[in-house]
Amino acid sequence: MPEIRNFTLNFGPAHPAAHGVLRLVLEMDGEMIVRADPHIGLLHRGTEKLVESKPYNQSIGYMDRLDYVSMMCNEHGYVLAIEKLLGVDVPIRAQYIRTMFDEITRILNHLLWIAGHSLDVGAMTMFLYAFREREDLMDAYEAVSGARLHATYYRPGGVNRDLPDSMPQYEKNRFRDDAEVKRQNANRQGTLLDFLEDFTNRFPGKVDEYETLLTDNRIWKQRLVGVGVVSPERALQMGFTGPMLRGSGVEWDLRKKQPYAAYSQMDFDIPVGTNGDCYDRYLVRIEEMRQSNRIIKQCIDWLRHHSGPVRSDNHKVTPPKRADMKHDMEALIHHFKLMTEGYCLPEGEAYAAIEHPKGEFACYLISDGANKPYRLKIRAPGFAHLSGMNEMARGHMLSDVVAIIGSQDIVFGEVDR
Amino acid sequence: MSSKIEDLQAYLTTHLEGKFTSSVLALGELTLEVPVRSWLDVCNYLCHDEQTRFEQLSDLCGVDYATYGQAEWDTHASSTGFSRAVEGLKLDPFDFDQAKIKDEPAEAEAGKRFAVVIHLLSIKHNFRIRLRTFCEDSAYPVVPSLVRVWSSANWYEREAFDLVGIMFNSHPDLRRILTDYGFIGHPLRKDFPLAGQVEMRYDALQKRVIYEPVSIVAQPGVPRVIRQDQPSIASQERDN
Repeated sequence: MPEIRNFTLNFGPAHPAAHGVLRLVLEMDGEMIVRADPHIGLLHRGTEKLVESKPYNQSIGYMDRLDYVSMMCNEHGYVLAIEKLLGVDVPIRAQYIRTMFDEITRILNHLLWIAGHSLDVGAMTMFLYAFREREDLMDAYEAVSGARLHATYYRPGGVNRDLPDSMPQYEKNRFRDDAEVKRQNANRQGTLLDFLEDFTNRFPGKVDEYETLLTDNRIWKQRLVGVGVVSPERALQMGFTGPMLRGSGVEWDLRKKQPYAAYSQMDFDIPVGTNGDCYDRYLVRIEEMRQSNRIIKQCIDWLRHHSGPVRSDNHKVTPPKRADMKHDMEALIHHFKLMTEGYCLPEGEAYAAIEHPKGEFACYLISDGANKPYRLKIRAPGFAHLSGMNEMARGHMLSDVVAIIGSQDIVFGEVDR
Repeated sequence: MSSKIEDLQAYLTTHLEGKFTSSVLALGELTLEVPVRSWLDVCNYLCHDEQTRFEQLSDLCGVDYATYGQAEWDTHASSTGFSRAVEGLKLDPFDFDQAKIKDEPAEAEAGKRFAVVIHLLSIKHNFRIRLRTFCEDSAYPVVPSLVRVWSSANWYEREAFDLVGIMFNSHPDLRRILTDYGFIGHPLRKDFPLAGQVEMRYDALQKRVIYEPVSIVAQPGVPRVIRQDQPSIASQERDN
């Protein structure tokens, strides 16, 4: 009589459905998961340690690289913590710009999530569709910051610069003739706001397209419905936040409950699931894209009619204008001091949380009065979600693990930090 | 919101008397300092009491307070400028005894080196609280594990163990989590160098990955050292 025993399966770290560098050690009973043990840290770069040796402003760029598909939201959490300790006030226009870019980032993130998730589950087309829309939003990133991904656009006391008046244009080359270039540049003739407005008008139709492909798709539902069910109590216990928590039916959104930036002025709804399975989380995120679109529209409308500064005029924190530095000694000194040694934060600690596309992203900042953080703890939503992996995957088939990883929206930049 | 927090502070002061040493309300955030012996009691109470009902452990982190408030490197020629690094230290640039005091190891305050800080969130009441406990023994810091209270503490405590080296009593699975397999040391301790202890490379002769002590020298990141590669304008003029 042969002995029957569980066997261990190594999933990743180079598995395409592992979303980066997840190494899952799965203890299996036949094809059923008995225990899932995620091994993380393969992308650990020591962000928290690096931050401790640099002036505050030099670490904004590290925040982009945490969750590298929702860059500006990470920056937002970090600058909020600094602003909270510093007590610097942010101009209202900057608040709206931040709100707008947070929502652009949310759409960017959810597009990448739907692309990766559906690819894992077996729908190739979604990947191409989602990246088509991402392209426009990354162009908006580029127009405002010069970088398509790692923007480093938010600053303590505002944002780096005001929205540009023109969009970069496509140029003719061997592969693109005049007619093609003209077609590509059609929505780039106005300002960034015009470009984004054009996008927000198109985007709900695109989300409808995604839903046509997926929502009632038989295979999609067979793979997602009833998989990875989390009850609301367990979701809270395991530290789930964001769509993972709302998918389980808990109506909790920091944008509504603890508003920051200009969210208290915005009109939007919080989608909530009922069953807490992968399919509900899918529906929640799809609806979040539509709501983000609404918020962007409201921001565009406001930003069109209200001009003003986008940075605090406290030059201990933000650099003075270049023109002022040409004739004003004090401005020059401020600039030099800011660029070389930064600024000192008062002694104390602050916890600033934002509703990141993946959940609650927070920075816990301890300052001992120096010009660099004494300790910065980054609370990454994905870390808590992945720690719930064992419980979510237990009793499911191996192929369901892929669906669960996808619906957790794991990105290793933030899990490993 | 802030009045809610004040109510919470007043409520905790009456109901948890003697269980915490201080409660500070700053920047709209309430911080309780809890001794290790009542750590589990307080957390259990906060989690289950109807008036507090902190359902979620948002965050748990270990902090090494060894160099808190100290300048990073000693340049006593100037008490202003970048080298001060820490404001409000009020060092007298010509009093050399002060420098000696500062060079003493930070262990002077016994039992004040390692702390565990947690952030709790109440969805029901929509407020947060911060709890801090200092480990009693800096050489072997131990704190009771909160896994029984909040499941999410599991990985957070593994992380705090990995990066700061705090032990958690009765944790079900206290392994390293973020660092490499077989890693030695706790990177977020203040005495751990930024560049690390070892570097790894593939050795073509031995045909395997080997670890060796780091070859790069740790440098303060800022201010940048301005190198005198180019002869200064004054010396150029002199040469002409």
